[in-house]
Amino acid sequence: MFDQILQFLLTGITVGSTYALVGLGFAIIYNASDVVNFSQGEFVMIGGMSAVALSAGDTGLPLWAAAIGAVLITMLVGMALQRFAIAPARGASVVTTIIITIGASIFLRGVALLVWGKDLFALPHFSGEEPIQIGNATILPQSLWVMGGAAALVMGAQYFFNHTTLGKAILACSCNKTAAHLVGINVGIMLLVAYGMSAALGAMAGILVAPITFSSYDTGVMLGLKGFSAAILGGMGNPMGAVAGGLLLGLIESLSAGLISSGYKDAIGFIILLLVLFFRPSGLFGKASVDRV
Amino acid sequence: MKRLSGFYLLAIAVAALPFIFPDNYFVTVVGVSAGLHAILAVSLNLLMGYAGQISLGHAAFFGMGAYTSAILTTRYGWNPWPTILVGAAFTGVVAYLVARPILKLKGHYLAMATLGLGIIVHIVIVQMGWLTGGPDGLGSIPSLSIFGWEVDSDERWYIVIGTLLMLVVWLALNIIDSRSGRALRGLHGSEVAAEMMGIDTAATKTGVFVLAALIASVAGSIFAHQQAFVSPDSFSFFFSIELVTMVVLGGMASTYGAVLGAIILTFLPELLVVFEDYEVMIFGGILMGMMIFLPQGLFIGLQELLRKLTRPKKTPATPVAEKKESSHGAA
Amino acid sequence: MALLDVKDLTISFGGVTAIADLHFEVPESQVYAVIGPNGAGKTTLFNMLSGIYKPNEGSIRFQGKEIVGRRPHQVAKMGVSRTFQNLQMFFNMSVLDNVKVGCHLRTHSHLWSAALRLPNILKEERQSQAWAREALIFCGLEAYIDQPADALPYGVLKRVEIARALAAQPKLLLMDEPAAGLNDTETVEMRELIRRISKTGISVLLVEHNMGLVMQVSDRILVIDYGSRLAEGLPEEIQNNPKVIEAYLGGEVQYAV
Repeated sequence: MFDQILQFLLTGITVGSTYALVGLGFAIIYNASDVVNFSQGEFVMIGGMSAVALSAGDTGLPLWAAAIGAVLITMLVGMALQRFAIAPARGASVVTTIIITIGASIFLRGVALLVWGKDLFALPHFSGEEPIQIGNATILPQSLWVMGGAAALVMGAQYFFNHTTLGKAILACSCNKTAAHLVGINVGIMLLVAYGMSAALGAMAGILVAPITFSSYDTGVMLGLKGFSAAILGGMGNPMGAVAGGLLLGLIESLSAGLISSGYKDAIGFIILLLVLFFRPSGLFGKASVDRV
Repeated sequence: MKRLSGFYLLAIAVAALPFIFPDNYFVTVVGVSAGLHAILAVSLNLLMGYAGQISLGHAAFFGMGAYTSAILTTRYGWNPWPTILVGAAFTGVVAYLVARPILKLKGHYLAMATLGLGIIVHIVIVQMGWLTGGPDGLGSIPSLSIFGWEVDSDERWYIVIGTLLMLVVWLALNIIDSRSGRALRGLHGSEVAAEMMGIDTAATKTGVFVLAALIASVAGSIFAHQQAFVSPDSFSFFFSIELVTMVVLGGMASTYGAVLGAIILTFLPELLVVFEDYEVMIFGGILMGMMIFLPQGLFIGLQELLRKLTRPKKTPATPVAEKKESSHGAA
Repeated sequence: MALLDVKDLTISFGGVTAIADLHFEVPESQVYAVIGPNGAGKTTLFNMLSGIYKPNEGSIRFQGKEIVGRRPHQVAKMGVSRTFQNLQMFFNMSVLDNVKVGCHLRTHSHLWSAALRLPNILKEERQSQAWAREALIFCGLEAYIDQPADALPYGVLKRVEIARALAAQPKLLLMDEPAAGLNDTETVEMRELIRRISKTGISVLLVEHNMGLVMQVSDRILVIDYGSRLAEGLPEEIQNNPKVIEAYLGGEVQYAV
């Protein structure tokens, strides 16, 4: 029993690491621009798919170069999304921006369908496919890549927002756009950077998991929803909350798949999310706010 | 009767179409599905457009009605009519139970919670295969019969669904122009002011949520009998999103706008079929473009355009105090 | 018996006490003003009186019945209505419909009967229409009846809010800074409006920064500072109260008519 649980935990953390990265991307965009970006999952898909495409065939790039290329492509997509879809609709209502990003998500999926068709693709594993024994549980080396990569990216993001001028400037925009503008921060550029970063995080998540989960034009949808759940679970205003929310969601899903039913694992994840919303609407790690009249 | 003039126009159009285009695929097949979508969009618009409560899970209630009818008729041999009522009752109770906690939430949180609700219902439908047929769905659902008049052709379904649509539009128009309708719009405009005017906002939200769910459930039952087949795909997260899009595309807080949005969004994929592989991309692009350039929706956008064309000289009598959200819609 | 009887009222947010141990009584059919420097807790007080915030301690009795613990719509039903410091207009509706919402408590139809437009609905609609017009005309807004609310100047909107509150036929009207943001002419009109409201027998509880207006319309004045009661009495008493003068930075009481 204990071995089984260990196995579920390992799987949960691997999946949770992906959710954490998507959730982090979600939170960055939400904090910078108050937009819930429903196309966040597409960044993951584009990252994975472009890495596959760039590395495929005889003339393909080496894996590391393909990964860098894929991240750059996704960043461009993210910035284009901000510039051409979000920026022109500034001041629109919550519902309108939600539908714009859903439209963007369908659009990007349509482009992916056009370029790559409906096939499933996989990247080669970064360092072998031989499972590693931990007690009686096993873990793929790629899972360690996912966990390690996610941890490094999260710490990088943490450092970026707390210790670099650019990161602090983005945070300033999220607190008060007018004030940020007055102290000489170019809000437009900061938003571009935030979307670029968020896209890059999504792309890296996509590249890290592509060897395990495969990638196809429509993998982004569910991942996007999971990222949104992670961000809500942790508290929308708190990027590190989104990371914790992602890990938690991964663990919940893996444990309920193993112990209860694999078919209901997504449902259980969402039920817990609903309960959190009902009883602690500001998320597990968010601060409650008082309505001002 | 100025209040209902649009209603009569719509009724005449719905009645006239099959005569203008007899035996036309776009009227009796696509038209029927547009009619069902319009019913759903009008019900969602009461909740979203008027009361300002976003729901990304409306397809769940549509599915509950459809599956109740499908299960009771095929597995238990019920007559279709009582299954519609049982479906509505079941959906209404579920909606009532979740309404209070869900509608305490606002904005993105409400969006996420309703989305979660929709996904949970979808998963339950897929997983409870012994009852629902799982991913394969349920077939051989009997058609309706109205006092011996079998609804067995596309034309007859057009009549049934057209009538139901007009009934739902009439109900919606009645509500909007009443004490309850103003309460809905009021809590959208300012929840605290609505409370201060004596409106029990929690009860009002619950009421409109349940009403919208009931209408969706009846539409679902009708859908099941009309298609003779239901599968979980018809009630997924994507369909909820499509419904929201219909409401917003046509123009929030306009019943006719919701109908227009439903018609456009039903016909669009039919027209985009000619683009084959480009279909998904173009659909997404149109969705984005419409929302960016016409955020107040087509119906109001067109109305304003018409007003500008017919009365070009008239200027507003009073200075405008606040910038309207719709002001960049003209771009 | 006083119309409104507030005792030992205390509320704090995250350790900061916004209102401390406040007590006062509002007599029937009077204009009662609450004044105090910015941040003194006036709007917080209003939010407690209208059921939006729940005080930590104390009681608020309206006509002998407790307000604390009731939700705003229940407080409204007792006969309390209010306007807001920051406009809380229904910008998605016309001026007339805004004020018709004010008739909510005087009408009784339900969602279900409205959906079927049963015969009583038509009668009710005509009735609300008449009441709303009456309130709008009372506030001098007949020119704006059919305009959409989001196209009107600020000063007009302030009066629409009052008309909306009056349409509810309250016994007590809470007015949160009715003259804020108004020009001199509009302020004079507002003064006259408050006087006319008071003459109809409705008690007015007024929060206002414009001291000229306060002194002209109020029957009694309560001064609060840092959430506590500083002074209470007739306008003349307040004007000559050294504590009040000190609180307002050495007597720099601004008069504007």
